[in-house]
Amino acid sequence: MKNKYSVFSLIKNALSQHENWQQAWGNPEPKKEYDVIIVGGGGHGLATAYYLAKKHNLKNIAVLEKGWIGGGNTGRNTTIIRSNYLWDASAGLYDHALKLWENLSQELNYNVMFSQRGVMNLAHNLQDVRDLKRRTHANRLNRIDAVWLNTEEVKKFCPIINTSPDIRYPVLGGTLQRRAGTARHDAVAWGYARGASEMGVDIIQNCEVKGIKRNGDRVEGLETTKGFIKTNKIGVVAAGHSSVIANMAGLKLPLESKPLQALVSEPVKPIIDTVVMSNAVHAYVSQSDKGELVIGAGTDSYVSYTQRGSHNIVEETLKAILELYPIFSRMKMLRQWGGIVDICPDASPIISKTNIKGLYFNCGWGTGGFKATPGSGDLFAHTIANDEPHKLNAAFNLNRFVSGDLVDEHGAAAVAH
Amino acid sequence: MFLINCPFCGERDQSEFSSGGEAHIVRPKQPTELSDDEWAEYLFMRKNIKGIQFERWNHVHGCRKWFNVVRDTSNDKILSVYKMGEKPPVNYK
Repeated sequence: MKNKYSVFSLIKNALSQHENWQQAWGNPEPKKEYDVIIVGGGGHGLATAYYLAKKHNLKNIAVLEKGWIGGGNTGRNTTIIRSNYLWDASAGLYDHALKLWENLSQELNYNVMFSQRGVMNLAHNLQDVRDLKRRTHANRLNRIDAVWLNTEEVKKFCPIINTSPDIRYPVLGGTLQRRAGTARHDAVAWGYARGASEMGVDIIQNCEVKGIKRNGDRVEGLETTKGFIKTNKIGVVAAGHSSVIANMAGLKLPLESKPLQALVSEPVKPIIDTVVMSNAVHAYVSQSDKGELVIGAGTDSYVSYTQRGSHNIVEETLKAILELYPIFSRMKMLRQWGGIVDICPDASPIISKTNIKGLYFNCGWGTGGFKATPGSGDLFAHTIANDEPHKLNAAFNLNRFVSGDLVDEHGAAAVAH
Repeated sequence: MFLINCPFCGERDQSEFSSGGEAHIVRPKQPTELSDDEWAEYLFMRKNIKGIQFERWNHVHGCRKWFNVVRDTSNDKILSVYKMGEKPPVNYK
């Protein structure tokens, strides 16, 4: 790498008042033709381009982003990473990603601040207890670390949780995945962008796709705001806007796009050193390295592309947070925002070929795509390069909605992913 | 968050309503005759439009009646409300 980041480069640049850092990625104008074009410059899209260049030896690749890279859901999520999913297919997919996370900072020579602080999922009723225990067993059969904690152990692991039996939805226990945690979301996009750009990938920002040119059953190129670009392979990783792109090719997807909200508080001293999620009351919280509480709220119930979300959703989440963590009652919230998430009927993603030759979709991650970023990119790159899915994403094909072979992860994903 | 003009109760907060998704998806007349592709189309595939969408809503915390709404999903503006069984307004396509 021409500009390797290290403690020495930091010292060297400190001596010149940090004025001589090189640009981390280029800002090229689009060429006339590419071997592969990735639509969407979020974490998944940039990771796809990175692995296409790195593992599949493709060099003539472009990533088109209508805004700025990482400005969509990559920069809007609550950065939770875990792999404790119920079914074998999901376990394989998400744990593949988790294993890549564990070495990602080294791989990219970019500190993604991956922190394996553990993720705890709470149970609030007897059915939760049964479901979560079942999931713990399923995880362990798939060699994914998971333990069941009773109420006292939950309290010991995270002392600020209100475990009183008198609250409306008492804590009856929980599961813990210790290898799970968080990462710095922007750094993931920037790290992959830098790595991909280094290998010759053109990252083209402020370039919106306006149409897909087809010749019979194959793609020929893309109409964009920067003109027509020729290509035989298009990988669409457009998250909430996947259906919009699909419609351009005359395809319909099993997706609904909805606003999902998150919010952060004012920064405070360290108070919660893990991630706690509760699907039943819909509250999940962690603390960023800056000290802000990072709180994930729910999706609106209706299709919308407004990137806002409704106030009543935030209100319900905060009610649940206050019941579980009375210590936060006087915290002030600083910012609230929304992202558009593309939700599949079975709460599992689609990483798939389509019946149009050269058109591939990576979508349907719904409320929980961030955790899969490295794995998703790796497997999607494999699918595009070989025109065949990898065995880890074979189950996540578009045809499962016809065959009925769904990967129902509502239990492990539900509203909180 | 927005207000919805329920055709039976008048203008109410959106949180009183539940969304029924895309409207005018016709239930198959002969379910036994359907191919797997047709079932997938009916059950799962959605237009998921960014722009003007025809959709169903239920005033679940009110009169509990279903009705149709024409809404622009890019800005949440409601353009028209009409009852079940009525023809969709033709000026939005």
